[in-house]
Amino acid sequence: MSFLPARRPSPRPADGPRPRRAPVGTPARRAAATGGALLLLAGTGPLPAAADDAGPDTMTIAVSQQVDSFNPFTAQLAVTTNILRHVYDSLVTVDPGTNEPAPALAQEWESSDDGLTWTFHLRDDVVFTDDEPLTADDVVWTFTTIMENEPAAIASGNYVAGFESVTAEDDRTVVVELDEPQATMASLDIPIVPRHVWEPILEEEGDAFADYTNEVFPVVGSGPFVLTEHDRGRHITLEANPGHWRGGPELDRVVLRYYSEKDAAVEALRSGEVSFVYELTDAQARSLEGARDIAVNIAEGKRFQAFTVNPGAETQDGEAFGDGHPALSDLTLRQAIVMAIDNDEIVDKAHNGQAVAAGGYIPPRYGDFHWSPEGPEEILAFDPEAANAMLDEAGYESGEDGVRVSPEGDRLELRLHAHADRPDNVQAALVIVERLADIGIEVENNTVDPGVLSDALHTGEYDLIFTGWTVNPDPDYVFSIHTCGALPVEPGTMQGDAYFCDEEYDDLYEAQLAEYDRAARAEIVHELQQVLYTEAVVNVLAYPNILEAYRTDHVTSLQVQPDPGGNIWGQDGYWAWWSAEPAAADEAAASSGPSSGAVWAVGGGAALLLVVGAVVLVLRRATAGDRE
Amino acid sequence: MTGAPTTSDRPAGAGAPDAPVPAGPTGTGRLARILVYVAGRLATAALSLAAVVAAGFFLFRILPGDPVRAMTEGREVSAGQREELRRQFGLDRSLGEQFLDYASGLVRLDLGTSFQYREPVAELILDRLGPTLLLAGTGTVVAAALGLFLGARAGWRPGGRGDRVSTAVALFFWSVPTFWLGLLLIVVLASGRGFVPDLFPTGGMVDPDATGPWETGLSTARHMVLPVTTMVAVIYAQYLMIMRSSLMDEKGADYLTTARAKGLRDALVRRRHAVPNALLPTVTLVFLNLGQVVSGVILVETVFSWPGLGQLFYSGLRVPDLGLVQGLFVVFAASVILMNLLADLVYPLLDPRVRP
Repeated sequence: MSFLPARRPSPRPADGPRPRRAPVGTPARRAAATGGALLLLAGTGPLPAAADDAGPDTMTIAVSQQVDSFNPFTAQLAVTTNILRHVYDSLVTVDPGTNEPAPALAQEWESSDDGLTWTFHLRDDVVFTDDEPLTADDVVWTFTTIMENEPAAIASGNYVAGFESVTAEDDRTVVVELDEPQATMASLDIPIVPRHVWEPILEEEGDAFADYTNEVFPVVGSGPFVLTEHDRGRHITLEANPGHWRGGPELDRVVLRYYSEKDAAVEALRSGEVSFVYELTDAQARSLEGARDIAVNIAEGKRFQAFTVNPGAETQDGEAFGDGHPALSDLTLRQAIVMAIDNDEIVDKAHNGQAVAAGGYIPPRYGDFHWSPEGPEEILAFDPEAANAMLDEAGYESGEDGVRVSPEGDRLELRLHAHADRPDNVQAALVIVERLADIGIEVENNTVDPGVLSDALHTGEYDLIFTGWTVNPDPDYVFSIHTCGALPVEPGTMQGDAYFCDEEYDDLYEAQLAEYDRAARAEIVHELQQVLYTEAVVNVLAYPNILEAYRTDHVTSLQVQPDPGGNIWGQDGYWAWWSAEPAAADEAAASSGPSSGAVWAVGGGAALLLVVGAVVLVLRRATAGDRE
Repeated sequence: MTGAPTTSDRPAGAGAPDAPVPAGPTGTGRLARILVYVAGRLATAALSLAAVVAAGFFLFRILPGDPVRAMTEGREVSAGQREELRRQFGLDRSLGEQFLDYASGLVRLDLGTSFQYREPVAELILDRLGPTLLLAGTGTVVAAALGLFLGARAGWRPGGRGDRVSTAVALFFWSVPTFWLGLLLIVVLASGRGFVPDLFPTGGMVDPDATGPWETGLSTARHMVLPVTTMVAVIYAQYLMIMRSSLMDEKGADYLTTARAKGLRDALVRRRHAVPNALLPTVTLVFLNLGQVVSGVILVETVFSWPGLGQLFYSGLRVPDLGLVQGLFVVFAASVILMNLLADLVYPLLDPRVRP
C-alpha cells in the first residue's frame, strides 16, 4: 500500500531541540540490561549503548483494549476513537472548561432562520502532515462519503442521518442543508480526512473498504499528533505534529502500551514504566494515594449507573413479547420501587463513596443540561414507609410470607439482572434486593455475563436490569434511545435499554432537537429528565467518579475536562495530551538517581545465570554418565 | 476450551504400556503393519480435527451475547449502522450458510476474518505465534528439565528427606493459582515495592524504545524472566511426579541389580541405567502436555501482557469475536492433535515393545 503520498513529518520544530531528560527508572533498567549483557555475552559481541541519557519526552499510557481499525470511517472501539481524535481534527470541538462547543477547523458557524442551512467558516492555516492544505473540499468529501457509502458510515453515520446535502461555497466555506432542524450540528464528532489520500483508497478497496485498517504509517491527518507506529498487542506510538495550527504539543511522543491486566498496569505506574493509568477501581486508586511521584485524579463522573424496569416489552407495532412481570406496567408499583431504594446507600456500599447519588439522567458535569429533582419535583425520594403505604392503597396485599400480591393476583417476585464483570453492579444488586424486600417485593438476583444480560434485555425476558451510559457533551443520543422510535421493529432489535414509549416525551425530544438556543434547549432537556424520573422506567442510581493516576515526575500540566474536577483519559477533544508538559529534567534526575536497584539488578541477573548454569551443568553430568 | 479430543488410545504417563510381543521381523509383513498403523493414526487425527472444527463453530455460536451489540455498546449508533456491521460479519445469513462458508474457507487455509481487528485471523495468529512459542517453549523446556532432574533424585530415594521436601514444594506450586503467583511476582520483583526495586519489567515483551537486535534481544530476555518463572513454577510438578514414579518402578529391576553387582557407583547406576529407561513414559507426557501449556499460557500471557496467542484469545472472548475465537480454537486443537499424533508415531521408535 505504498501508493500513499505519505511523508514522515519533521520530528522536531525548526528552532532547535528542547532540553531532554532521562525517563525515570531507566538507569536501573539500563544497568540491569548492561549487567545481563556483560554476564551473558562477555566477549561474544558489542555491548548495547549504555546509559544514554538523551531520550525524547514521552508520555506512556497503559491501555488494555485492542485496536479495531485506524480507519476513521469504521473505527468503533473507545481506544481507537480516542487516538483518532488526536490524529484528525473535527469541524468543532468541545471546550475543555465548559463542555460547550468550541471552534476547531471551523472558526465560526451559523444557521439560517429556518434552521435548515448551516454554514461553517474554516480556518485558513490548516495543513495536513504531508503539507497539503486542508480546504472545504476535504470536509465536503468526508461528509458526502459517509452519506453515500454504507461501509464508510459505520462509525459516524448517525451524525449525517439528517443531512440533505453538503457543498463547498468556496475554499473556506462549507454549507450543510438539513431535512429538519437539529441542534446537534455544533457537536459533529466526525474526523475530517484528507481527500487526496482517501479518495484513491476508497476507489481501490471498493466493497472491502470496511476492512481497510489504515495502517500506513505515518498516518496523514491534521491533528496535533501523528500516528507513526502500531505493533499489535505491544504498543502504539504517536509523535507530536509541531506544525499543528493550535501550536504543537509539548511532548515529543505519546506511547500507548498494552497491559491486559489492570493490576499489572498499576504496578507498572508504580515502577515508572508507564506515566498514566485510567479506569481504576477504588481499591487501586487508594493503593496509589500517597505513593511517591504519583498523583491520583478523581474526576466527576461522565456516565450514569441505572437500572431499568420492564414496563412490558413491545415492538413499534404494539406487539407484546418477552416475559416481564405484568404488574410492572403499573406506574404506582414502579414509583414505589424507586422510593424504596436509597441512592446514598448505593454510593456508599456499591461505589465505596466514589460516586455521586443521582436523580436526573445527565451527570452534573454538563452544568446547564443537568437536572436533579428538588423541592416539589422530588416525588420519589427515598421513603420506604410512603412506598409501602402507596402499595397498600393500590391493592398490593401482603401474602403470608411477607411478599405482596398484585391486585391481579400475581406474586411480586421479580428478577434482577446485574453485570457480573462490574463489582459496583454486583454490590448494588445486593442492596436493591434488601431494600425491595422492605416493601414486600422478592427479588431473584441474577449476576450474569454481559452477553447473557444483553440477551435478556433484547428478548424482553427480565424485570429489572442494570444499565449505564457515558454521556457526551451533546445529550441528544442518550435521550433518543427512549423515544417510541427506538422500540424494536421486531423483537431483538431495540435501540436503547428500556421499552419506554411516551407521547409527551417524544414531543419534548423533537422540541429540544429543533431548539438552537442553548438555554431554551436546556430547559426542554430538564423536562425530558423529569418525565423519565416520574415514569420510573429508567432509574438512575449514581454517577460513578472517574479514577486515574499519573507520574508527576513524567508529565505535568495535564488539562482536565471539565476544568476543574474533570478527567484526563477519554476527553472530547485532544486537550490532555496536547497540553501535557514533560516534567523538569532536574526533578526527574533527583527522583530516579542511581538507585540500589542497579546493583540488585546485576546481582539478580547473576544469580539467575548461576541457576541456569547449574541446571545445564547437572544435565550435562546426567548425560556424561553414559559416556563414563 | 482446551478439552479437545485426543487421538491417543494410551493413558498419559501410566508407565510403559503393555504391548503385544513384536512378531519376528519378516520383511514386507512388518512394513505393511507399520503402514497400517501410521495410516490409522493419520485417519484418527483427521477425524478429530473435523470434529473439532464443527464443534468449535457451533459451540461459539451458542455463546450468549451478540457480537455487533457488544462492539457498539455505549456508542451512538443507528439501526442502519448496526445492520451494516451485521452484514459485514456475515451474521445476517443462516447458520448453515455461515458454517459452509467457514468450512470451505478452512480447506483453503483461510481461517476467516476477525470482527474486531478487521484482519484475517490467520495473519493475527501468525503475528502472535512467535511470542507464544518462545514463552511456552522456554517454559516447557525449563520445567521439563527441572522436573525430570528433581524427579529422578526424589524417586531414587522415595520417602527420604530430599524427596519429601522436593515433592511438597512442587505440589505447592502446582496448586497455586497461576494468576495470583504472577501478580505476586510483579508486586515483589517488578513494581519497586519489594526489597529488590524495579528488577524486572511488569509486562510486555520488549521495551518500545529498544532498537537494534542486541537491545531487543536483551530486553526480551528480561521481559521473559517473570512469565517463564511463573509457568515453570506451576507446571514442573507434573514432570517431577512422573519421573519420580517411573523411576520407582524401575528401581527393583534386575538389570539394576546386575549393574550394582558390577560394582558401579550408586549415582552412576541411577544416571546411566535407571533414568534412561524411566524417561520413556515421560516422552509421551511432554507431547500430551501441550494442551495444558496452552491453557497455562493464556493466564500467564494475560497477567504479564505478553503479546501472544493466549492474550489474543482472551481479547477475542471478551467481545465475543466469533471469527477470531473459532480460528484460535481450531489452531489450539490442531496443535494438540498434532502432538498426540507425533507421540503415537515417535513412541514405537523409542520403545521396541510397542512397535506394530
